[in-house]
Amino acid sequence: MRLTAILRIALHALRINKMRSALTMLGIVIGVAAVIIMIAIGNGASAKVEDQVRSLGSNIILILSGSALSGGAKGGSGSQPTIFEEDATALSKEASLIQAAAPTLRGSGQVIFGNANWSTTFYGTTPDYLEVREWNVIEGRAFEAFEVQGAAKVALIGQTVAKNLFGDTSPLDQIIRIRKTPLTVIGVLDRKGQSMMGQDQDDIVLMPISTARNRVLGATQARSKSVGSIMVKVRPNEDMAAAEAELRTLLRQRHRLQPEQDDDFFVRNLSEILEAQEAASKVMAMLLAAVASVSLLVGGIGIMNIMLVSVTERTREIGLRMAVGAKRQDILAQFLIEAVTLSLIGGLIGILLGIGGAFLVGALAEWPTRLSSMAIVLAIGFSATVGVFFGFYPAKKASQLLPIEALRYE
Amino acid sequence: MLIQTVNLTKAYSLGHQVVHALQGVSLNIAAGEFVAVMGPSGSGKSTFMNLLGCLDRPTAGDYRLGHEEVSQLSSDELAAVRNRKIGFVFQHFNLLARTSALDNVALPLLYSPLPPQEHAERARRCLAQVGLADRFNHHPTQLSGGQQQRVAIARALVNDPILVLADEPTGALDSQTSVDIMNLLQSLNRKGMTIVLVTHEHDVAAFASRIVTFRDGRVIEDSLNTPNDHGNMPPQIMKPFVLSMIFVRRPKGVGKKQGSQYLPFGSCLEAIL
Repeated sequence: MRLTAILRIALHALRINKMRSALTMLGIVIGVAAVIIMIAIGNGASAKVEDQVRSLGSNIILILSGSALSGGAKGGSGSQPTIFEEDATALSKEASLIQAAAPTLRGSGQVIFGNANWSTTFYGTTPDYLEVREWNVIEGRAFEAFEVQGAAKVALIGQTVAKNLFGDTSPLDQIIRIRKTPLTVIGVLDRKGQSMMGQDQDDIVLMPISTARNRVLGATQARSKSVGSIMVKVRPNEDMAAAEAELRTLLRQRHRLQPEQDDDFFVRNLSEILEAQEAASKVMAMLLAAVASVSLLVGGIGIMNIMLVSVTERTREIGLRMAVGAKRQDILAQFLIEAVTLSLIGGLIGILLGIGGAFLVGALAEWPTRLSSMAIVLAIGFSATVGVFFGFYPAKKASQLLPIEALRYE
Repeated sequence: MLIQTVNLTKAYSLGHQVVHALQGVSLNIAAGEFVAVMGPSGSGKSTFMNLLGCLDRPTAGDYRLGHEEVSQLSSDELAAVRNRKIGFVFQHFNLLARTSALDNVALPLLYSPLPPQEHAERARRCLAQVGLADRFNHHPTQLSGGQQQRVAIARALVNDPILVLADEPTGALDSQTSVDIMNLLQSLNRKGMTIVLVTHEHDVAAFASRIVTFRDGRVIEDSLNTPNDHGNMPPQIMKPFVLSMIFVRRPKGVGKKQGSQYLPFGSCLEAIL
């Protein structure tokens, strides 16, 4: 018997009982739609984490200066100046796994423009900083190495600072003042958004490190070339752990530390935190998908239930088909294809509903959703499997009826 | 011989009890015969029909249909034999609900090797043959009982079978419709179709050319009958007429034409009744 003929019989049988077919499909429709929406939400969450990784600048290692020990009390990182601008230069020049290293001096204070003012954080750094953080200047230009050497009175400002000080007007070539030092705005940084910790990364002013040290921060920092931290970018596709080991060795050499001595600096690897967050969001996605699969399973059981009812109800039809020449496998195929058709149509509707639902969730709840073609292929495969799996038992039962008994069935 | 059964036996167990439904039936039916199988319930006639129809396998004995020994075939092989050689007509029509007459008739073709493009044409031809040329797209619920049985007969014919088995084909019909259906079967028989019919009713059996009576799993009577064209006969005189056929046992070998001499006797019976 031909497949098209069996398919026609199956579609005919499903059309005859429209309401029942629709209700049976509903289980699969909801199951598939739920799986797709859940996976979309899960993927959206992971993607958001990935975006945050990217916004921080991926593969970044942070080196913080060591802690001071005064009277047995450790002062916390940065309390003792142990790392210097030269360390950063050496790292970017000598360490093979490191692409760029930017020393930073951090300070905070009031930024004033005209009669507007804004409290923000400023960083004195080198042009490498933008490379390390993969940050672009969207208006104007970045400062150059000669401006770092000459402690030029220039600044780059973040979006938040620009908005608060300048509103809609262009900040370029305007003079802002930080701690009474006038700086010319030469560029505006691209929007970075929130960091994972919820900080506004756009609330920032960047200036040459020499400017920050000598002009803004003033005497306390001016004596040495110590820095608060060095932000290091590892070359793409290099192992973070290896890069970390390399920079550790280099810094220990430069600081002339004996093997028995502890590091006089701290190393923070951001990727660990990010990986943990990513793993957490993946677990959440898996959990959501697992819960949704349960409804798919329930839908499958619904199909089996209806197919069993259908086989009983159509016992005489089965008897008749057998009497006029249907072989056992013809009957098996008929009912199996009926079940698979039911679940596949349900699956297709479920996919459409799932796609629509994911968009709706994205739009209404403002959750990031990301449809996965993998999930859709999986949903089709799964619903066909559900049809075969839960359709097989009723179909087998139908095919094993004896023609005389089936014909006589009341 | 079209049908040859030798010592056909069927026994089945009901709980601990073994029921001997058929106890050695040997019967030959030639091509072109119109045989009525009669007998009370439990006589084994239905079991015999199931075996003839290849719906069941005998416990013992041989059954040769056409040139093929079919008593020991597998269930799939039997399905193929049913598909190629036998047409079934049932008491309750057994049409597929909410399916057009045409599709109902074409049903056996689905399981045959015939190319699909020929299905509709053959089904149409068979429906026309039973006088339903204008009812192709009607569903069973839109047809009268007699029309439904005609559709079923067309379905039995669609595969060009060598044998039509009718299991109480008039059991669900009123007497006038019954006569119509029997006339149709009779005309098919006159065109050469071999028909075996199971019935309780003597006036239905009277359309056949041979009546085989079963009792307790055995053939107790096998007689020729003179089929008459009852189509124009008022139903009320049919019953006594048929009774006469049964009461007056005809010696074997008596030809059809001589049967008519019993007609006056039938009329006498009617007077008595």
